[in-house]
Amino acid sequence: MTALDKKLLRDLWDIRSQALAIALVIASGVATSVMSLTALDSLRVSRDTYYRENRFPDVFASLQRAPSSVARRLAEIPGVDHVEARVVSPAKIELSGYEEPIIAALVSVPVDRLPGVDRLFIRRGRPVDVGRLDQIVVSDAFAGIHGLSPGDRLGIIVNGRRRMLTISGVGASPEHIYQIAPGSVFPDFEAFAIVWMARETLAAALDLEGSFNDVALAVRPGASVAEILAQVDEILAPYGGLGAYDRGNQLSHRYLSEELRQLRQMATMFPAIFLAVATFLLNVVANRLVGTQKEQIAVLKAFGYSTGAIGWHYLKIVLAIAVLGILAGTALGAQLGKELGELYMRFYKLPYLVLVISGPMVLTAGGLSALAVALGTAMAVRRAALMAPAEAMRPEPPARYRTTVLERLGFGAWLSPASRMIARDLERRPAKTALSIVGVALAGGILMMGTIFDDSFAALVEIEFRLAQRDDIAVTFVEPRGIEVLSELRHLPGVLRVEPLRAVPVRLRAGHRSYRTQLEGVNPAAELRRLLDHRHRPLDPPATGVMLDDFLGGYLGVRPGDTITVEELTGRRRTRTVAVAALVRRYLGVGAYMEISALNRHLGEGIVFSGAALAVDAREKDAVYAALRSRPGVAGVVVRDAAVARVRETMGNNMIVFAIFASLFAATIAFGVVYNYARISLAERSRELASLRVLGFTRREISAILLGELGVVVLAAIPLALVIGRALCAVMMVGLQTDIVRIPVVVDRDSYAYATAIILASTALSALVARRRLHELDLIGVLKTRE
Amino acid sequence: MPVTLHPSVAVFRIAGLTKRYDMGEVVVYALRGIDLEVFEGEIVVLLGPSGSGKSTLLNIVGGLDTPTSGAVWYRDWELTRAGDSELTEYRRRHVGFVFQFYNLIPSLTARENVAIVTEIADAPMAAEDALELVGLKDRLDHFPSQLSGGQQQRVAIARAVAKRPAVLLCDEPTGALDSATGIVVLEALAKVNRELGTATIIITHNADIAAMADRVVLLSDGIIHEIRRNETKKAARDLHW
Ligand SMILES: Nc1ncnc2c1ncn2[C@@H]1O[C@H](COP(=O)(O)OP(=O)(O)O)[C@@H](O)[C@H]1O
Ligand SMILES: [Mg+2]
Repeated sequence: MTALDKKLLRDLWDIRSQALAIALVIASGVATSVMSLTALDSLRVSRDTYYRENRFPDVFASLQRAPSSVARRLAEIPGVDHVEARVVSPAKIELSGYEEPIIAALVSVPVDRLPGVDRLFIRRGRPVDVGRLDQIVVSDAFAGIHGLSPGDRLGIIVNGRRRMLTISGVGASPEHIYQIAPGSVFPDFEAFAIVWMARETLAAALDLEGSFNDVALAVRPGASVAEILAQVDEILAPYGGLGAYDRGNQLSHRYLSEELRQLRQMATMFPAIFLAVATFLLNVVANRLVGTQKEQIAVLKAFGYSTGAIGWHYLKIVLAIAVLGILAGTALGAQLGKELGELYMRFYKLPYLVLVISGPMVLTAGGLSALAVALGTAMAVRRAALMAPAEAMRPEPPARYRTTVLERLGFGAWLSPASRMIARDLERRPAKTALSIVGVALAGGILMMGTIFDDSFAALVEIEFRLAQRDDIAVTFVEPRGIEVLSELRHLPGVLRVEPLRAVPVRLRAGHRSYRTQLEGVNPAAELRRLLDHRHRPLDPPATGVMLDDFLGGYLGVRPGDTITVEELTGRRRTRTVAVAALVRRYLGVGAYMEISALNRHLGEGIVFSGAALAVDAREKDAVYAALRSRPGVAGVVVRDAAVARVRETMGNNMIVFAIFASLFAATIAFGVVYNYARISLAERSRELASLRVLGFTRREISAILLGELGVVVLAAIPLALVIGRALCAVMMVGLQTDIVRIPVVVDRDSYAYATAIILASTALSALVARRRLHELDLIGVLKTRE
Repeated sequence: MPVTLHPSVAVFRIAGLTKRYDMGEVVVYALRGIDLEVFEGEIVVLLGPSGSGKSTLLNIVGGLDTPTSGAVWYRDWELTRAGDSELTEYRRRHVGFVFQFYNLIPSLTARENVAIVTEIADAPMAAEDALELVGLKDRLDHFPSQLSGGQQQRVAIARAVAKRPAVLLCDEPTGALDSATGIVVLEALAKVNRELGTATIIITHNADIAAMADRVVLLSDGIIHEIRRNETKKAARDLHW
């Protein structure tokens, strides 16, 4: 090892605590990045593998009913590789010992052959046997939560008739990675199941022998999906086709894609911010190192070391720190990424997780960090290398101080000598002071990104479930019902108020953009189901026109006054142009709304309702619930409290995990910044402070000078941190918007207090360490060498 | 190793050297026209009061600084026209420096402080030998903070001579030392000069040290006032102040 390399190691050892703090910051950035990218890549590859192996279809369509011969016509469309005609139906499940209503989506499977698309992944047991038409395969999440195994029996009510069926297997399908009941936003594995059964059995139960009401197609590579969609629509139109759609509009695929997009957002944003802070820190440290080693640099140059060799030497010190951070970050990130991927798997029902730690990705993350770090220190290293030897050896001229603004304004008399020193020092180097304040503020800002989820979710629940959806129980009917159903419901003991609901599936179009969703009726003067404006005030629905939530409005690129095309996907299936009357604010799901009688007029099916929202006396809730459940015409009953709990639980499982990591990392950064600042001030001022000690200042007094400066910087940084934090949160939440959820940016006092507390705690800790060093100040050593 | 000296061959030729510092309102002339030759193997003492321009002259000759006007030749190479990389090369091959405040690298031991120079030199002596030359064989693995001032300065001399430079430039090598320690350091310099034949320029403001020189250059206010040849030069150990 060369002597210069030994110097490198010893210099590193000298600044080890700072180096460690910086390496931790870099590690945090790299870990977040690798964690997100590992989770992202693993999920993506797992999904793609699953799609490929289990033949996820390319095109989907539902219809009323069509004879099997129509499927053959679909197969003849150019570019179609395979057609799987199916029978599907909603159903209810009865499970002995479980009181809550369970909704099932029944899907037919061929028993005598392997389907060409959408093959089941059988986790336990076997597929439905040929000749055993009473067998079913149930979705694994549902089976898992209820402890169901092959051989168990389930009561299934379909088309009003109850049948006992035997579970032959527990499985999953690529069409149902994201499993939600129709109309819900979040998965509820306890109350929603997917049940696959023999085509004959299901067709018989629905009187659909020789027919199908759902179809999935595989498309040849290179074929135009858009053309196929158009032809499928044309062929199915006479049979009540509900509009064919591609993967982009398939619920499960779309939700999963959105989630992966969010993850990518996280994977770039957090590391970028973390690295910016690390770069800043390294810059400060490198500058300081160069400052304190001015004379050594001069000597090396005097003895013939080249500019390049000296630059490389200092760059190596910095890179050593970076590499340490990168290695630690990669190891930690890969581990966390695997865990994050597994966590997502529990939410999205992927049957397996292919762990992907991509070398290029890790190299990119590491390379980018190293690059950022090198850039961050480039100036300092350049300064070191280019310093003219004679100049470097000359003692630094005494720093030029002057009286501060405060003193010139006449406050000087109020300042103690110590505070004067602090003020002059801060003012003498405004750039350094400003950068330090910004560094601490950035750390504080990142801290808030970690804590904001709590408050924001609370606000979301408050707005969605106390201001917008205020009903205690909502029921949906199997078929639309006439107005008499409302009085029927109102006469149930305990029901205080009934508001009708009406919803139809539609496809909305504006320009070249389209979106499938529900068009929902809204009651004027509603008490239970209300729309809110941008300031969360209840909005009375205008007598005509459609209202969109602002996410959908943004997606379609329309504003109030614009028009959109509304294509009904059921009933009379008309397409009409409707004006957008208003945009409303919603945080969960996506929807379009219309005044309820206008909607009924629009649909032209008379005054009918597809469900109702109920306000119920708290004491009678269970009774009302039981009464509703037992009614044959009721397809689903949703209790608000359960819905709220589900939202909380789901959110808890997802972003909060991320938030916890982010807070941990942010706390590390906060400490790293403040600690470095303290150490650098100490190094820069140790001679001055030692001289003061020689002149008779006490330790307390010199501590006050050093820590006073730190204190001023931190106090100035805190308000800025809160502003930056709020802004970062807003940017993050915009990035995280999806069809499923938009999180309002709500930062309440706790978040501010938490960020402030962590900054202050880091400061206190750094101050303690710095104080200990102050006490060890070498007074004789300082005087022995020249200034 | 036998050394053949040519006391008539100039190592340095300095002609019309000036150095001006513009400091806003005031202009300081550190050198006002210096003409001087330094020959192989001789010891030249630069004597002058503080602020007379000694360090400035030495720094320019050593390739650490550039003059305002005038020229310096090292043998027949004009270093005042050289660029940064050539000067680096020049310092690396031909020049050894000793500074008043030693300027050792605090994080390296005595041996490593010497090694840092021998590692980039063409035909250096072993770091241990260089340290033996200055009488520090038993301090090889001490850090600068574990050495006295005189010992540190001797490490600095060992570091400067280890690459067998043609010239040794010493800026107030005893300035920070008491006289007894200073004499030990000067003895080391004289020994190096004797054994390696290194042309040596020693800056001092201490007139007593001049007695060990072959020639004494008296500098004041940026001008050479007198160049004196010592008919008999004193051994360093016979000096006192
Ligand atoms: N960087 C500088 N800026 C301005 N003046 C300088 C600088 N370096 C040296 N000087 C001036 O040049 C003169 C000679 O300095 P120097 O060569 O260091 O003197 P010596 O080494 O003989 O004590 C002095 O007046 C000094 O103030
Ligand atoms: Mg001098």
